[in-house]
Amino acid sequence: MRAFSYGRPDSVDAALRGVAGQPGTTTEAAVKFVAGGTNLLDLMKADVMRPERLLDISRLGLDQIEEIENGGLRLGALARNADTAYDARVQARYPMLSKAILAGASAQLRNMATNGGNLLQRTRCYYFYDTGTPCNKREPGTGCGALTGVNRIHAILGASDRCIAVHPSDMCVALAALDAVVRVSGPKGERTIPFADFHRLPGDTPHIDSNLAADELITAIDLPAEGFADHSTYLKVRDRASYAFALVSVAAALKLDGQTIRSARLALGGVAHKPWRDPAAEAGLAGKPASLETFREAARVLLRDARVQSHNAFKIGLAERAIVRALAEAAGVEHS
Amino acid sequence: MSQPTGPAFQGHARKQPAPPPDAMEVSLTINGSRKTLRVAPWTSLLDALRLHLDLTGTKKGCDHGQCGACTVLVDGRRINSCLTLAVMAEGRTVTTIEGLASGDALHPLQEAFVEQDAFQCGYCTPGQICSAAGLLEEGHARTDDDIRELMSGNLCRCGAYPNIVAAIRQVMDAQPAARDGGTP
Repeated sequence: MRAFSYGRPDSVDAALRGVAGQPGTTTEAAVKFVAGGTNLLDLMKADVMRPERLLDISRLGLDQIEEIENGGLRLGALARNADTAYDARVQARYPMLSKAILAGASAQLRNMATNGGNLLQRTRCYYFYDTGTPCNKREPGTGCGALTGVNRIHAILGASDRCIAVHPSDMCVALAALDAVVRVSGPKGERTIPFADFHRLPGDTPHIDSNLAADELITAIDLPAEGFADHSTYLKVRDRASYAFALVSVAAALKLDGQTIRSARLALGGVAHKPWRDPAAEAGLAGKPASLETFREAARVLLRDARVQSHNAFKIGLAERAIVRALAEAAGVEHS
Repeated sequence: MSQPTGPAFQGHARKQPAPPPDAMEVSLTINGSRKTLRVAPWTSLLDALRLHLDLTGTKKGCDHGQCGACTVLVDGRRINSCLTLAVMAEGRTVTTIEGLASGDALHPLQEAFVEQDAFQCGYCTPGQICSAAGLLEEGHARTDDDIRELMSGNLCRCGAYPNIVAAIRQVMDAQPAARDGGTP
């Protein structure tokens, strides 16, 4: 690991002073916050990330899970993933989120990783991690090793000719489906970022993962009151039974009137640079009977613009079946 | 603990790495003893344990949080010591495999690993046992499938998994109150 300096600010204000004046987004920042450290320190060992200074925010508080006025829950940015997943309110009111968190990483990592850090974790694209290969995300303008290389884990939606990496988080897929809101503090005070606007598609700037500015700090993630506790699930398909990143994952949530779908949320992981939602697919579910045919049609709509690489064509069929199965499980409809 | 002294171990002669000019002081409680170290900011907790404190029971397998051999308990919770910095552990209480036994009396998990033959080469075992201690403390495992899922962060290349599950099951069944086992 390259040398860096270390500081431990004792308040949110002190933390913000430590990053004040940094241009650009947090992805590119030279001074970075560290809390769980599970991804950042790993990337620093691999020499993929080279911050000059780390500010340890792990003792700032911001680790509570609290009721909020909209009837939802506020998840502290520094609450650990394990504590969030096992929180009785999260389990009862947002079971899809609890399930998603517990589908990710290992028990040790979930004890370390924070909610804010989960949002900022970076892709596990092999070429991003391998400094001996070109990567537009790691070194802008050098090219993409994955496009002509081994790309079975890569994106089928929303990719660009610069980058086909996927976002690795499970938690974020459920947060996207729930329409969570990210609360951020910065030099101009507080602002909120709708979850759909937090992460970016690669486009021409794959080296930037999110719209969080380099002088901002995530303080909390707000969940709306609606948690779809009666009819939702998180389905993760991966190469091992446990402790592997998703090839495809699906957060599916329904509101039902009897066997008729009133509204639907559908978010996919493992297929794009950010958790993938498709308004047309969700709108198409509303008013339809909760049946396998309806679910198959939703999968077709969601995947209509999918583009495959040389090794990941299987992801289209896998995503179709995963969507149908997740929606069927959420609706309590027989499937096989 | 005793130091290996034979010729075969010359390469391990423990000399603390010289602190760099920008070393930082860290005070923490390790296996019940208060320790103060001077380490570089980039020293992992794992390296601090092994290189600065001679606690070599905690193993460096992958050094990337993928194998679990470096698992220790910090404030009673299992973590990967390779993915945290020693300076981040300031003021914390750390328990390693060396701190689980009480004198000559093995921790129930250590006894169960022996009784169930839950290891072959032994390299992953300290991490397996510390992780199992954390699992018992967390109290979320009920079935063998739960144990397998919640131990998935600890790899065993010898493939002793069935016996590891049996050892953890034995302790879970014997003492539901073994949840104190993780923190002496």
